[in-house]
Amino acid sequence: MSSVAAVSFREVSKRYPVSRVSSDGMKGLLLHLPRYIAALCRKAKMFSALEAVSFEVARGECLGIIGRNGSGKSTTLGLIAGVLRPSAGAIETRGNVAPLLELGAGFHPDLSGRDNIILNGILLGLTRRRVMENMGRIIEFSELAEFMDQPLRTYSSGMVARLGFSVAVHLSPDILLIDEVLAVGDEAFQRKCIGKIQEFRARGVTMVFVTHNLQDVETSCDRVALLDSGRLVEIGNPAEVVSRYRAVMANR
Amino acid sequence: MRAGQVAYYRDLIWVLVSKELKLRYHSTAFGYLWSVLHPLAFATIFLFLAAVCKIPRVGDMEHYALFLITGLFPWQWFANSATSSNYYFLDNRSLIKKIRFPRHFLVVAGVLNDTIHFVISIPVIIVFMVYYRHYPSVAWVALLPLMLIVQFLFTTGAALALASCNLFFRDLERMTLICVSFWFYLTPVIYDQSMFPQRLAWMKYANPMAPIIICWREMFLHGTAPLTALAAACGWAAAAFAAGWWIYRSLQWRFAEIV
Repeated sequence: MSSVAAVSFREVSKRYPVSRVSSDGMKGLLLHLPRYIAALCRKAKMFSALEAVSFEVARGECLGIIGRNGSGKSTTLGLIAGVLRPSAGAIETRGNVAPLLELGAGFHPDLSGRDNIILNGILLGLTRRRVMENMGRIIEFSELAEFMDQPLRTYSSGMVARLGFSVAVHLSPDILLIDEVLAVGDEAFQRKCIGKIQEFRARGVTMVFVTHNLQDVETSCDRVALLDSGRLVEIGNPAEVVSRYRAVMANR
Repeated sequence: MRAGQVAYYRDLIWVLVSKELKLRYHSTAFGYLWSVLHPLAFATIFLFLAAVCKIPRVGDMEHYALFLITGLFPWQWFANSATSSNYYFLDNRSLIKKIRFPRHFLVVAGVLNDTIHFVISIPVIIVFMVYYRHYPSVAWVALLPLMLIVQFLFTTGAALALASCNLFFRDLERMTLICVSFWFYLTPVIYDQSMFPQRLAWMKYANPMAPIIICWREMFLHGTAPLTALAAACGWAAAAFAAGWWIYRSLQWRFAEIV
């Protein structure tokens, strides 16, 4: 099984130390010295963002992750992307991962749209040559051709997101991670994005996405994982998991 | 795969450096001239001071203006990198949190940027040299790249350590500012190395920047390299780079959690 999985989590936990010493610096240290000493002697308190989570995403599968705020969704994506390291357990990914955790990561307001495409594309793992080869298509997809030589600070936030998305969809990843980024631009552009994502699926790209839009999840995922307080509550059929999540939310 | 990796790293460095180059003097009228104007303005203060205090002209200090800039320009490179290194990671929070890429390239690109500014200021040093009847020597062919590498390694090591530690201990940026100005006066930049009193002579080698500045000056003024100082500079550079790299490696997995 694990030989065909694109992503596999085995008993993965991620814990953060809860700061023992508050951040009010020297003054606080001197005022509450006994309390600090007591705190240092105790073992560090840990906050558990994920607790023994195991699942696999098969190659070409689309997995949606849902859950309340702070349930561990973004931590899961961060772990798959490799920006975070698990405290326990093992994570395996097969193929190159394109993390769309933030559109236009690394964009600089004083650089032109074109320069930002190059910067963002290279940071996302493309060589300069690949970015240049795709430049025409990226600009065309973004529908921002006439603004390409303007500095990014003159763009509206919707335009910035559109540019970011346009670079992202021209990567050729094996695994695509998407964190709530579908909500960019106007309706026409959103349709275009969803079309592009379906194109990726048809090409057999594995996808993991986090969203609060339950309708998206039901219509476009093969399976859905429900997280609560860092634990995997359920994983499986989208309709079932979503209705369970709705029931849990209604009972609150 | 290997070749692809190398090509990718080259492009990554290129894009990060060209971004900094485009942005540094973005929307200033004098642009790159500032890289030269700043140390030159600095030099005039010490020329004035030397005239007022009648500082003895020991050794190479005979042509004090030339003496000053042969030390000030390389020093400025180090000082600029050291102070801005505190922000190399801090200013790129979103990248560190959201994208997995070799983060030390942010530091390498930052130092490389200051290196480029130093290199383009070398012609100004040459103009001063010619004015005082000193001329570039053939030995520069070997010494110039060697010294660039030595100071680059030393500076990058320090910058890796500062950039990483400042994420965890933000007081570091203030401390760096103070330390760099202390360090400036402890290093024979505005005075000759021979002016160290006998019992402080060890400072020529205990302070990593001292042999580096001594070597630069010797290269510019005499086209030679004093072997002890050169060896000390190489040793310090290797040690600083190794230490900086080790600190970065042991802290970097926590970057995304802390920024």
